[in-house]
Amino acid sequence: MLQLRGVGKSFLGVQVLQDVDLELAAGEVHAVVGENGAGKSTLMKIASGVYHPDAGTVRWLGRDVSFRDPRQAQAAGIGIIHQEFNLLADRTVAQNVFLGREPLRRGLVDTAAMNERTASLLASIGEESLSPQAIVGRLGVAQQQVTEIVKALSLDARMLIMDEPTAALADHEVELLYGLVRRLKARGMGILYVSHRLKEVFDLTDRITVLKDGRRVTTVDTSSITADGLVRHMVGRELSHYYPPKSAEAGQERLTLQGAGNNRLHDISLALHAGQVLGICGLQGSGRSALARAIFGVDAFTRGNVHLDGASIRLSSPRQAIRAGIAYITEDRKAEGLTAQQSVLDNAMLATRALSPRWFATAGRTLKARELLAAVEVHAASEEQEVRYLSGGNQQKVILARWLALTPRVLLFDEPTRGIDVGAKAAIHDLIRKLASEGAAVLMISSDLPELLGMSDRLAVMRDGRIAGELPGTADEETVMRLATGASS
Amino acid sequence: MKLREHGVWGALGLTLIVGGILVYADGGSLFTQSSTVSLLQRAAGLGIVAIGQTLAILAGSLDLSVAYVISLTSLIAAETMDGSSGMIVPAIIAVLGVSAGIGLLNGLLITKLKINAFIATLGVGLLIKGYLEQGYAGPAGSVPTSFQRLGYDRIGPVPLSVLLMLAVAGVAWIVLNRTRFGHHLIAVGGDLDVARLSGVRTDWVLIRTHIICSVCAGIAGLYLASRLGAGAPRVGSEGGYDLESIAAVVLGGTVLAGGRGGVTGTVGGVALLAAIDGIFNQLAVDPFFKQVVRGVVIVAAVAIYAMSLRRKAPGKVATA
Repeated sequence: MLQLRGVGKSFLGVQVLQDVDLELAAGEVHAVVGENGAGKSTLMKIASGVYHPDAGTVRWLGRDVSFRDPRQAQAAGIGIIHQEFNLLADRTVAQNVFLGREPLRRGLVDTAAMNERTASLLASIGEESLSPQAIVGRLGVAQQQVTEIVKALSLDARMLIMDEPTAALADHEVELLYGLVRRLKARGMGILYVSHRLKEVFDLTDRITVLKDGRRVTTVDTSSITADGLVRHMVGRELSHYYPPKSAEAGQERLTLQGAGNNRLHDISLALHAGQVLGICGLQGSGRSALARAIFGVDAFTRGNVHLDGASIRLSSPRQAIRAGIAYITEDRKAEGLTAQQSVLDNAMLATRALSPRWFATAGRTLKARELLAAVEVHAASEEQEVRYLSGGNQQKVILARWLALTPRVLLFDEPTRGIDVGAKAAIHDLIRKLASEGAAVLMISSDLPELLGMSDRLAVMRDGRIAGELPGTADEETVMRLATGASS
Repeated sequence: MKLREHGVWGALGLTLIVGGILVYADGGSLFTQSSTVSLLQRAAGLGIVAIGQTLAILAGSLDLSVAYVISLTSLIAAETMDGSSGMIVPAIIAVLGVSAGIGLLNGLLITKLKINAFIATLGVGLLIKGYLEQGYAGPAGSVPTSFQRLGYDRIGPVPLSVLLMLAVAGVAWIVLNRTRFGHHLIAVGGDLDVARLSGVRTDWVLIRTHIICSVCAGIAGLYLASRLGAGAPRVGSEGGYDLESIAAVVLGGTVLAGGRGGVTGTVGGVALLAAIDGIFNQLAVDPFFKQVVRGVVIVAAVAIYAMSLRRKAPGKVATA
């Protein structure tokens, strides 16, 4: 139904896409993969009418088209589900679905018809359990995604572009999304599926198009390629090992929790050792992030004891935690990690400045920030570049540089590689390991279980705000999942 | 959510009970007809402005020019009428026309020149202020007795002006909840990009919102002219209608950032401010102390709303 031929696009003289072909058939799920910067999002934006191609043609349903804006593409039947949802948190599902196209009766909005039509659209994709009158802001991420999909369906979308649809979903929600994608496919919907997670690509898609440096490397049938082969295409080199070697021995106990708890966490006893990475696994909502936030003093512990290098401490604010030598690399880079409109250098110096007793910036600290930015290998046009224009991997490195300026004793990583491409992931992994080997105690949270198993010296599995069990770093996925889901008891 | 929507009415009830007891202990009575009526009449003018302000704030904007629009339109009304009943209708048309024009200017400055609403409406307000100060030393024009009935007549115990305010509130409620424009207005305030990507003509929505907000201020100007019997160049700014209307909106639970709230809360907010005024007048308390109490009430209300929001926050973090 969609055919892109020889599509090219450049921005300010930089060729972002060159001579790319892509074809999507009705009822096909077609993956688009590639490292960050490979041109995936530009390609999706061309398909959805956000950008005009400089070269090549876009054919839609057998006709050459040139969409002026996303609204025209929508009207023609091309829906797009962005990574960040376009929803109003304070409005109902139905109000969101029909925003801009509210049905009228005698000049007034026909709320009943709006709810009814939303309900029947929900039913048509097997999501009857979601009420059209639910307030979107109170729904889970998965249901918000369903709302977005229904919004596209209400526009009679014949094709959907899904950009990293599982990035924010919990494991069991991913299963639900799989079911939904398959039902849409069975209806004859064509789906362009952009994802970093290769497992999904193999589970869901019929064909895969690999982009690298703005060019199409290949398009293959999913069944005819292995994960290793796909990664080779994406990075153009063999990744012999994904993870740096683990630490040989545990150092002294750095951070110790005894019976710690708050309103979301109960009876947490853990020890973080110098030189080691402690992986925290658990399903979404099991309290993984709550644990990191509690240690960091955001939502502090109200019960139990915390010791840092043998001394009892009580941390009730991030400022105290930072002073004690704890750094927290948050899960949500955009909202909690970066001041997006400030420069790379400003972001790198944020924590140093906040803690400085001095009023004026000193050249020494700026110099140190520069050294650290270079050490973590941030690739930016300049240190004055606004951080929001960097790729996810580079943003994460800026955040790391910021914390390294304080030489932290304990580092808490919450989803450090979410939304980061394969190559940059390896760099972040190396950095984490290097920090541990220099004597820091690392706590790492990740939804990507293979990553966690590859990185951790020890694992703690959480369930319902408690530690369900501790495992050695050599544990297998099955054991972890049994503990995390409570299937073993 | 419930707290945000209905909290102001609880606070109003509580204030009336406590205030009633205090006034009674002081030897007076809060609920005499004359004191209630004057309380309501004071509230009506602010109420009409605050309803317009509610729309502006819901749309993620705000209007600081309303106080000067009120002064200006009170003068336009009184000078056009100039004591003659025959000129009432032309005067009303002139007032609505001028205020709509000012709203259009506000809206264009905000949407087309991309000037922050705070600055744009402040600038327009100061422009009007300059004109008024240069042209008028004191009250001017005169309003015929027939038009003064708007300010003083009652139907039973209910002043006509209160009915006018309730009518404006009713229209605003329907607009917000039952028209496309209202849905789009709330969407624009909730998230401008979401609204735009959903096909809402966001600029046009904001412009219309500002026109409505200004027209509400114009109606309040008409009402004040009928109360005063003349136009007054400083009636709006001395009455503090700009900041008080915003205070009433916030007291009523509308989020200052836009996208959430409604006119019913604003009516409650206006009533609460009026009740506090009435009680303190009865008690003959130092007016400065009265201002302090109002300030405390507004800050406390916002703090309570913010806390209720924070308690819900884990829901937002549920993805973690």
